[in-house]
Amino acid sequence: MSEGVLRLGLVGSPNSGKTTLFNALTGLRAKVGNYPGVTVERREGEARIEGRRVVMVDLPGTYSLTPVSRDEEVVTRLLSGQLAGVPPPHALVAVADACSIERSLLLVAQVLGLGLPCCLVLTMIDELTARGGALDIARLERALGIPVVGVIGHRGVGIDQLRRVLSRAETWGRPPILPPADPEERAGWAQSVLSHVLHTRPGRSRVTDAIDRVILHPVAGTLIFAAVMLTFFQLIFAWAQPAMEGLDHAVAFTRGWLHGVMPAGVVVDFLVDGVLAGVGAVIVFLPQIVLLFSLLYLLDDLGYMARAAFVIDRVMGAIGLEGRSFVSLLSSYACAVPGIMATRTIPSPRDRLVTILVSPLMTCSARLPVYALLIGAFVPSRRIFGPLGLQGLALLGLYLLGSLSALAVAAVLKKSLFRGQGLPFYMELPPYRVPTLRLLMTQVWASARAFLRRAGTIILGVSLVLWGLLHFPHAQAPPASTPREAARFALEQSIAGRIGHAIEPAIAPLGFDWKIGVGLVASLAAREVIVSTLGQIYAASDQDDTASLRQAIRRDVHPGTQDLVFTPATVASLLVFFVFALQCTSTLAVMRRETNSLRWPAFAFGYLLALGYGASYVTHQVVTALWS
Amino acid sequence: MPSPRPALIATLDTLAPGEAGIVEGLEGNGPVDQRLRDLGLVPGTKVMALRRAPLGDPTEYELRGYRLCLRRTEGARVRVRRELAAAPGTESAA
Repeated sequence: MSEGVLRLGLVGSPNSGKTTLFNALTGLRAKVGNYPGVTVERREGEARIEGRRVVMVDLPGTYSLTPVSRDEEVVTRLLSGQLAGVPPPHALVAVADACSIERSLLLVAQVLGLGLPCCLVLTMIDELTARGGALDIARLERALGIPVVGVIGHRGVGIDQLRRVLSRAETWGRPPILPPADPEERAGWAQSVLSHVLHTRPGRSRVTDAIDRVILHPVAGTLIFAAVMLTFFQLIFAWAQPAMEGLDHAVAFTRGWLHGVMPAGVVVDFLVDGVLAGVGAVIVFLPQIVLLFSLLYLLDDLGYMARAAFVIDRVMGAIGLEGRSFVSLLSSYACAVPGIMATRTIPSPRDRLVTILVSPLMTCSARLPVYALLIGAFVPSRRIFGPLGLQGLALLGLYLLGSLSALAVAAVLKKSLFRGQGLPFYMELPPYRVPTLRLLMTQVWASARAFLRRAGTIILGVSLVLWGLLHFPHAQAPPASTPREAARFALEQSIAGRIGHAIEPAIAPLGFDWKIGVGLVASLAAREVIVSTLGQIYAASDQDDTASLRQAIRRDVHPGTQDLVFTPATVASLLVFFVFALQCTSTLAVMRRETNSLRWPAFAFGYLLALGYGASYVTHQVVTALWS
Repeated sequence: MPSPRPALIATLDTLAPGEAGIVEGLEGNGPVDQRLRDLGLVPGTKVMALRRAPLGDPTEYELRGYRLCLRRTEGARVRVRRELAAAPGTESAA
């Protein structure tokens, strides 16, 4: 090894404190991607240690280096330098929770067996002592023949010493004898090492025992689970509302202000209707995303998410998935993007892929503006039972349709494309731990930043293209027409308008006319875009004023026959279409990144479009028959 | 001597919450068994069943100083020797 860049691989099991350590050493400068050909996450971060450039390679959390799937093979191949295009690390840093060293040593033994220079970091040494456990680090160093550093990651204790050790990777000792390769002999080896280093197993965490007695109680635990789910939905739909409305007003105000200060023309139209309308429609979801991630990360860092997965696993097992799939599907109720990212905790690649593929069926918040418009316009606001109204019932029905379809599709996929036994189900229940505010804020900020970056790139780009399609070529309306008529005429002659007309034969069986067609084309970027597009099409005085858009779509008639455009059958059919169809570029982009292929996003888009088309067609037929 | 007690040699999934056993061995050598061994379920390891999930599956076990959840299907692959002296309750925190 030269004095150049030092590449260090971080190896450890989930819950070992590896991520906290990675953050402590590299700060927030992590690069995230995928290893070639598989869905395994590739995370690297740079640190400057004692004046030296060090690249930390965070390897996926694992209990073993013996691969049982193609995805796990990547780690083994990376470590042995067989992964094309990825330089192998010069040395390895094994991370182990001091409290569960009896299990962690089995992994450490495998790491030692790789033959690379290696050091061991023992995390949570404060918890070990607090629970009455003991371990002689100096003796462990001698027994293993490698440097061992004890740290308390979240408080930064031991990090300086670790940095000094890391900067001298060339001088690390090697184990005198490699541990045995056979798992059973390895366990014997671990036992003898532990007795040599005067290991005392820590007592049970009394706090964890006490909390679990309630959280996992058959009755109380189920009630708490329901309460957490309720809080979750309340958070997404009610508590985020004030902030979302505030942002919405801010965007609307900026648009009005720009119209006021800039001369009328293409430039201001572009800024107001292209940039601000497109990006603004997405930015308003930021408060919801921040709140959602705060809750998800808090529950996960505390240790509740593993318990929730434990409680619900039986239900998910019936359709061939597992408890952790539920946790990520839950996130998809806010947005499929974090939901799909959350599938990284699922060890089985098959279960993970199926969960990713059905995530878009969970009713995300972007569908709400669409549902709100259609239900608000066409479902009477009559109360039917207590506070429950007809409109609420319709909304609940759409949620149920989406969620049940997700479970049904998952069951079908697991019995067809993804048949066969994969990995066993196993999950650790870590002790409850209170995360530091700093860790929580770091995680939330990283997610919010990723969301904003998407809004600033993909969504901005698509909004601009759409704006172009909706405005060019700019046809001059007949001289005597009102401004409304002129806007409508221009739209009909635009590229988007022509696309709408062109696809009309295909969507007519669903009860949609060309105007809805334009909305559907526009909503390929993001579902909620259909609302602003319909607003533009109906040339309502203010396109964001949904009240007037509501009246406009209620009154709209076909030019020749004077029949209503939005019949009950058309409304039902359109709602059902939105339950299924995957109109979201962000979801497709994150699917591409997480599955590392174009095949799976294409598959998801295709099957959901087919499902949406079929379900809408049936809905249209049934409602038409029932209504007449 | 006939005994009313449950069989001494059993599989992990038959341990009732509060019962403990020593791992004797695993059913086979497939990837599933390999992963279970990696998780520490090797002969000689003491495993205690702590509790079942509210719907009866999976079960939480304690072994090697940590807590692991396994479903019945995986538990059935692990042969254990029941420890008769096991403490009757699960709440006897050390």
